[in-house]
Amino acid sequence: MTAPSTTVIALRPAPRAGRGGLPGLILTGGVLAAALLLAVLGPVLAPDALEQDILLGVTPPGTPGHPWGTDELGRDVLQLLIAGSGSALAGPVVIALGSMLLGVLLGTITGYVQGWLDFTIGRITDLLLALPVVVVAIVVAGVFGSGYWVTVAMLVVLFAPSDIRLVRSAVIEQSARPYIESARMLRLSPWRIMFRHIVPNVTPIIVTNALVNFAIAIVALSSLSFLGVGVSPGSADWGRQLDDGRALLLSNPAASIAPAIAIVVVACAANLLGDVIAARAERKGSAE
Amino acid sequence: MSSAPRRALLAGWASSFWGMLTLRLLGVVAIVLVLSVLIFGMMHLIPGDLVRNLLGLRPANPETIAAIREQYRLDDPFWVQYATWFGNALQGDFGTSIRYQVPVADAIAQRIPLTATLAVLAMIIAAVTAIPLGVVAARFHQRPVDRAVTGVSVLGLSAPAFVVSLLLLYVFAYYLPIFPVYGGGSGDPLSQLYYLVLPSTALAVGLGAILMRLTRAAMIEALASDYITFARSRGLSETRVLLLALRNSAIPIVTAAGLVFTYVIGGTILVEAAFALPGLGLMLQDAVLFKDIALVQALVLVVAVVIALLTVAVDLTYAVLDPRVRSRRRAS
Repeated sequence: MTAPSTTVIALRPAPRAGRGGLPGLILTGGVLAAALLLAVLGPVLAPDALEQDILLGVTPPGTPGHPWGTDELGRDVLQLLIAGSGSALAGPVVIALGSMLLGVLLGTITGYVQGWLDFTIGRITDLLLALPVVVVAIVVAGVFGSGYWVTVAMLVVLFAPSDIRLVRSAVIEQSARPYIESARMLRLSPWRIMFRHIVPNVTPIIVTNALVNFAIAIVALSSLSFLGVGVSPGSADWGRQLDDGRALLLSNPAASIAPAIAIVVVACAANLLGDVIAARAERKGSAE
Repeated sequence: MSSAPRRALLAGWASSFWGMLTLRLLGVVAIVLVLSVLIFGMMHLIPGDLVRNLLGLRPANPETIAAIREQYRLDDPFWVQYATWFGNALQGDFGTSIRYQVPVADAIAQRIPLTATLAVLAMIIAAVTAIPLGVVAARFHQRPVDRAVTGVSVLGLSAPAFVVSLLLLYVFAYYLPIFPVYGGGSGDPLSQLYYLVLPSTALAVGLGAILMRLTRAAMIEALASDYITFARSRGLSETRVLLLALRNSAIPIVTAAGLVFTYVIGGTILVEAAFALPGLGLMLQDAVLFKDIALVQALVLVVAVVIALLTVAVDLTYAVLDPRVRSRRRAS
């Protein structure tokens, strides 16, 4: 997978590649860590985010006691944003890890063993990859009801195929290498060869992909909650908050723009961290 | 006659271009069939009484119930029900929409122009901006221009279509009121196009980011290859060198077209919701909300068929772009 780009780097030695540098790692990793910390501490930092004050109603940013103003129901925008980080980020973490787990397990087995299992799983991934996530989510939510974890579980299933494919092709590439041949000559069990020898060597690809998936999952999950799928009305969630705040663009723009920017910043950080880790792994690979 | 030569002949055919195309077509047809069974079967999974769901707002008296049971063949086994439904669907008869009180096919046909225009306009905007940017980024690989373009593309990838829609709404509704921000405009095409400028721009942002990254990656590979070094040494102008590389980059870009299509389909739903555009996306949301089963089935089947047709179109494009694929005789 990484071979072509490595040759490109070898052909054009950049004086100092800025991407993959330490500052980028610290900055993007820091933003992500801060966002996750906010999600974990949300209930402590904003315990009464959902408290309504109908009499107060919409107020612009700068209102005393409400630095970013309030929404239609008099809920504090900043508190709502903090409380909403929980459902905006917990799901994507589960989606990225869950699809990574499925991808490593099925991708490694199908790539190493191949045969009928590979064929069957390959056709299923073909089918799943052709499905547009949003359409499936709307229809599934309409049929089975739209619980948060139902939606997350569905996204795990829809994200897994690309992971399976990626890991599979990386494993096939590794399987042909001499070290696997010698492991086979030593009569190590296939299980051990797959998960103790091959998987550690494809880890950089897996980690990068998990971060990219995390970013895509943030976008996908918030898109769905914007459409009203996955989160119940009135709960704190970035996508939901944005949808609720849309009508207030004139009276309190912060009500919808704050969650919009939060989504973009966190997704950006995850995407960039993925790029940084990929660049570092590549440089390490080409230095060998 | 032994079967070995026959098998070899079959394998040879399967790896030739037309063989591969036939196999792919069969695969696509199989996928559509599997999906159609799922789409039809879904109606039995909806909670509540099926006949009542299918009746919707129509009065539930013995005659209407009997008519529904007859129409969907509910007294027959599942496969007969499915075959009847699919047979009718193939002839364009998807039943009657309980929400719109008209044949489903008519309701859908009425919405197609808006969604199709939105999607095509977005793809044009994305292609016109993203491909040149990708070429420039690749040409100045790892220089400031490349970093700037790549950075912007990360922003585009990370901003969901509805977030971009919101920001455009905010800017154009209150600071630069030159474009209409809600609705689909009146009947005439020009006004419709005018109303679609902002929505299709919102959709084009994410699409452009994907397209730009694909173009850039493919161009970097192409520009590092021997034929480009050779073309440069022959003294071809830089423009012609870039065009040469771009033509060879088209194949990896087209390979990823599936990704682009699924993005467009999801994106149109989001953008239509954000701009209150009465297209197929809003229709799907409405249909699910009102349990308009016939309409949901038809819409999802249409999406599946559109994706299937585009997949085949992509396969054919390979042949146009790459003579090696056309004259392929043996598997590599």
